[in-house]
Amino acid sequence: MMNQTPPTIAKLDADAISLESVSLWNITWRRLFKRKSSLVGLGIIIALVFIALTAQWIAPYDPLQVLIGIEDVKMRQAPCIHLLGCPQDQPQHIMGIDGNVRDQFSRLLFGTRLSLIVGFSTVTFAIVIGTVLGALGGYFGGWIDNIIMRVMDVLLAFPSLLLAIAIVTVLGPGLINALLAIGIVSIPSYARVVRASVLSVREMDYVSATRALGGGTFQILFMRIMPNALTPLIVQGTLGIGTAILDAAALSFLGLGAQPPTPEWGAMLGSERNQVFTAPHLVFFPGFAIMLTVLAFNLLGDGLRDALDPRLK
Amino acid sequence: MMLQYILRRLLSAIPVLFGILLVTFALARMIPGDPCRAMLGEKATQATCDRFIREKGLDKPIHEQFFIYMKDIARGDFGTSLRFSQPVTRILGERLPTTVELSFSALLISMTVGIPLGIISAVRHNSWVDVLTMVWANIGVSMPVFWLGLMLAFVFSLLLKDTFLWLPPSGRVSAGMDTTAFYVAWNLNLPESGFLRAIAEFIGRLNILNSLLTGNWELLRDSVRHLILPAVALGTIPMALIARMTRSSMLDVLGQDYVRTARAKGVRMNQVILKHAFRNALLPIITVLGLSLGTLLGGAVLTETIFGLSGVGRILYEAITARDYAIVQGFTVVIAVFFVTLNLIVDISYAYIDPRIRLN
Repeated sequence: MMNQTPPTIAKLDADAISLESVSLWNITWRRLFKRKSSLVGLGIIIALVFIALTAQWIAPYDPLQVLIGIEDVKMRQAPCIHLLGCPQDQPQHIMGIDGNVRDQFSRLLFGTRLSLIVGFSTVTFAIVIGTVLGALGGYFGGWIDNIIMRVMDVLLAFPSLLLAIAIVTVLGPGLINALLAIGIVSIPSYARVVRASVLSVREMDYVSATRALGGGTFQILFMRIMPNALTPLIVQGTLGIGTAILDAAALSFLGLGAQPPTPEWGAMLGSERNQVFTAPHLVFFPGFAIMLTVLAFNLLGDGLRDALDPRLK
Repeated sequence: MMLQYILRRLLSAIPVLFGILLVTFALARMIPGDPCRAMLGEKATQATCDRFIREKGLDKPIHEQFFIYMKDIARGDFGTSLRFSQPVTRILGERLPTTVELSFSALLISMTVGIPLGIISAVRHNSWVDVLTMVWANIGVSMPVFWLGLMLAFVFSLLLKDTFLWLPPSGRVSAGMDTTAFYVAWNLNLPESGFLRAIAEFIGRLNILNSLLTGNWELLRDSVRHLILPAVALGTIPMALIARMTRSSMLDVLGQDYVRTARAKGVRMNQVILKHAFRNALLPIITVLGLSLGTLLGGAVLTETIFGLSGVGRILYEAITARDYAIVQGFTVVIAVFFVTLNLIVDISYAYIDPRIRLN
């Protein structure tokens, strides 16, 4: 990937550029779609978003409904799929029944919604705070920068999952607190990215020009400088969604995140982990869902990084 | 030059260490509720609590409290665990060997598999080996370690139950295994306490090392068999990261002019790959290695919980559920300091590999 230089855009042709301006986004999309892996990632994400939005219509059961007395099913019953030879007179549960006699498949579908919310909300939180901190540090420099970056260093000094665990211990277990903890631990990576971009353009002529024209600090920082940090932020953010989902699942697995009966993948897996030998389907499916989701965001993130990398143009 | 660099890096670690103490101190202060009853239990009487507060200096201003806390830690006093009624340091000393053994084997597996795979896929760029490695590496980094662990246990402990591939799903050694420590086997006359004793006990609890020292092959075989599944589970994410980074770093380097020059001079390909390319590709690989250590330590909590290993991670998890704050606070500090030290070593090895870094 690294060494391929597309011959068509290698030479700079001033006329062609002025005649037919191709936006950065256009180029990015085109390069993104050339890679099979990023297409796979994007495809999975679109499917997941679709499932999350339509969960209440496509799920065969209510994810919280206990099926005792409603259907003839047993606790932790193995999957029953009519197409694969499960008798027609038995109710179909393609991922089996969980430890509280609920339909595992419906819970998994609803879990998609939660995982996506977790990923997007923590990353948004971390990006907003990280951007402000990184921009302030990079732009003003001096002691402000020093304090901000030392605090970030301290946050980075803890293994992220452990710091998240420690924060949740203080705040108390629960999904919102887990999200907050994961958000806080991921702030430094965004602050660093933004600070680096700000530092690289802070002294450039166009910034000085804005200043000479009487532009205020806010205008210079957010209208002139920040757009440069956008591409690394997008890449970091996409990859960060995967990490956030993984960490949130780990916290829920340990009982520190989403609490029962919430249909969250990590929590579903955690509550049935001792049954892995007797009811492997209850462990396999939620874990597979986590992996698939994280994989999708990682693939898209990697694809975006290569597509947005100016060195590869 | 090198010494100067090391000193500078050591100095720059001081504010970070100070920050770590400040954060853990602040986290412990922010725990809701009465600190006395959180530490001593709900049933503590008012008189005991008053004494506790005076002893711990909790009635003093907050900056003085922080000072006392730092002094305690400098003396190696992390307080007493509520659940075990033992000093936190002793519990740590007992549990740490398990975690060290586990993380070390995981790192070893991830390096011995990840680096060669990365090199092969870079050299055979776009071949089926390359494609397979990358597909696998992408899946590897996305895998929840707790899920992988459970699935490995399911396959190797249940499905392969009656085959020679069977591996135990939990614990460090089988019941009844002779785990006599080397200093007992060698009849060493160690003092009952003190630094030397602590070191000897620590090594004695590293089952694999201890079995090698005492020539106890049965114990070695048994501990290795117990270690395989957790180490593979824990090592998979770093392995995938290392393979990916080795590949892209090698691809970068293999395209450079000096590699072509070396080839043109008639140096053998294997020689070029190992002597010319790999050496220069090492820096990013070490960076990933350093980053993986954090994943590894975090993953140890999950892996130990799944495989029933009573290491630092498992105890930390249990301490959290039992709200045993002394352990949570003490272990967090120790793990963070350990992590900072490892990163320091990574930084120093950068300078060793790439002399340009020393000059900056």
